[in-house]
Amino acid sequence: MRFFRDYFIPRIIQYLLVIFCGITAVFFIPRLTGQDPVLETIAQIQSQGSSLDPTAVNSLMGTLKELYGLEGTLFQQYIMTWKRIFTLDFGPSFFQFPTPVADLLKTYLPWTIGLFVTSTLISWVLGNILGGIAGYYSRKSWSKILDAIIMVIRPVPHYIFGILVLILFAYVWQLFPAGGMMLGRKTVLNLKFIMTILRYSFLPALTLVVLGGASWFQQMKLLVQNVKREDFVQYAQTGGVKERFIIYRYVLRNAMLPQITQLALALGQVFSGVLIVEMVFSYPGIGLLLYRGVTRGDYNLVMGITVLSILTITTAVLILDLIYPLFDPRIRHK
Amino acid sequence: MGALRDLFKDYRFAVGFFLLSFLFFLVIASFFSPYDPIQWLQVPRDKPPSWNHILGTNSKGQDVFWEATFAIRNSLIIALIAGLISRIIAILVGFIAGYKGGFTDRVLMGITDGLLVIPLFLILVLVAMLLREALTLVNTGLLLAFFGWAWDARTIRSQVLSLREREFTFTSVLSGNSTLSLVGKEYLPLTIPLIFSTLINNIAWAIGMEIVLAILGLVRLEIPTLGTTLQWAINYQAMLLGHWWWILTPVVLTILLLVALYWFSVSISEYLDPRIRIQRIGVK
Repeated sequence: MRFFRDYFIPRIIQYLLVIFCGITAVFFIPRLTGQDPVLETIAQIQSQGSSLDPTAVNSLMGTLKELYGLEGTLFQQYIMTWKRIFTLDFGPSFFQFPTPVADLLKTYLPWTIGLFVTSTLISWVLGNILGGIAGYYSRKSWSKILDAIIMVIRPVPHYIFGILVLILFAYVWQLFPAGGMMLGRKTVLNLKFIMTILRYSFLPALTLVVLGGASWFQQMKLLVQNVKREDFVQYAQTGGVKERFIIYRYVLRNAMLPQITQLALALGQVFSGVLIVEMVFSYPGIGLLLYRGVTRGDYNLVMGITVLSILTITTAVLILDLIYPLFDPRIRHK
Repeated sequence: MGALRDLFKDYRFAVGFFLLSFLFFLVIASFFSPYDPIQWLQVPRDKPPSWNHILGTNSKGQDVFWEATFAIRNSLIIALIAGLISRIIAILVGFIAGYKGGFTDRVLMGITDGLLVIPLFLILVLVAMLLREALTLVNTGLLLAFFGWAWDARTIRSQVLSLREREFTFTSVLSGNSTLSLVGKEYLPLTIPLIFSTLINNIAWAIGMEIVLAILGLVRLEIPTLGTTLQWAINYQAMLLGHWWWILTPVVLTILLLVALYWFSVSISEYLDPRIRIQRIGVK
């Protein structure tokens, strides 16, 4: 029970607080910019060439205000925003009028989650194991070469790396399709369908795994180099414990733990990376939806994506934090 | 001069320095450009690299090389504004949270952690969507500065936390120094290496972010930056049409710039880190 009182409950409270602050920020920041999305939308419609007479503008303004939840006082709007979030009703989207935003999100979110979970897991495990071994044998020449390669990859942003991968593997050597997987096909789970998914997801996943892996590699390498100098490792070495055993049971296990906390902290940025990579490869996920929403000025859609992402990421972090004690024997035994 | 000689022994510093000087040279060159960076149809369109146009021309009728010099200059302006302003926020938050501790610390770090957990990129896009027309170079920089300080405030705070427990803090407080002079004269110099390395990381982040905002069409697209150059190339199907000189120029320049900045910062922060310096002397 003490675990619940000292760990579980405070963590849940923190979770709710972050969501509260996040949504409040999403509500207030756009209002602080002093820009009116209603006028923006009307200006956009007019700039596209269609002329509107004053009465049409007025009625359009009324409709838009209602759609954006901009009616009433600020407080009423704020309450309305929460009501919309609890019912997951973000109004209709503009670029696929009148499909509700919630429906669009429901179609695209599973794709993003699939890519996000797989690529994050693979890059975390791969980066940590490689980084751990390279850190342990940091004086070997292969470790130094690997380190130099990672040093080049690490600072490249997601979009640029994605474009390079796209140019290389889809245009120069036409090994993979340059995006454009169709959604809405009947999802029959057979081998052909799975192969199609793999073909279209390979390049985005590759980009994410390499970039994410590079960053885990470096952090892990640094951690292991420090753990390696600790007394218990030197003791094990002098005591003649097998090298493999030292690496996997002593060094890696000790250095992996802080990496789980790091993963929880970095999850928001990792997720942003996934969205950006989806745009490069036209992968049918939230990122592509965001791209379409932004380029067509679909304010409701972008709002829905932002709120949903905040909920998804904070929940993922919460789950990670709550299962952390399972990995850490020191906390578990308390 | 001895320090500089030591630094140049590190190949990463040497390469970073060389690349940065080269890019800086391009920035200087932009002031002598024979073409206007914004006007269209100044040269024949879609020509591959030749003697007259060393990086070819694009579908807008502009010289790719001279556009690129403006792009680097403008991207660096945005990134520097973002980096410097967000440093001020990060230093203030980090120092106050770390030095005050207790309730202040918990509130400030609560906000910071909240900002970290939320996918900030999306809020950035949401705001940029509303400000679209106003996003000139300076405003883009300010917008990025406003969102780019959380991680670094945390790093600076943890450094201050450890400084606060050192003996010289007590000596200073007991000898009647004001908090301001303790923080300004003792802590700040000791955290400068850390702040410098966070600055370079932040500049790199800002350059990457500007590219994404430009791809989304959220900045003023007529101003050439690394992001907008890429955006035009993609928009005009440069990849499909095989205009590799147009699309690869911003891609390669961005990679060169970011790799140079990263190597530069890693080697300087390693040089300034006394623990690693001792290791290096030990090896000799």
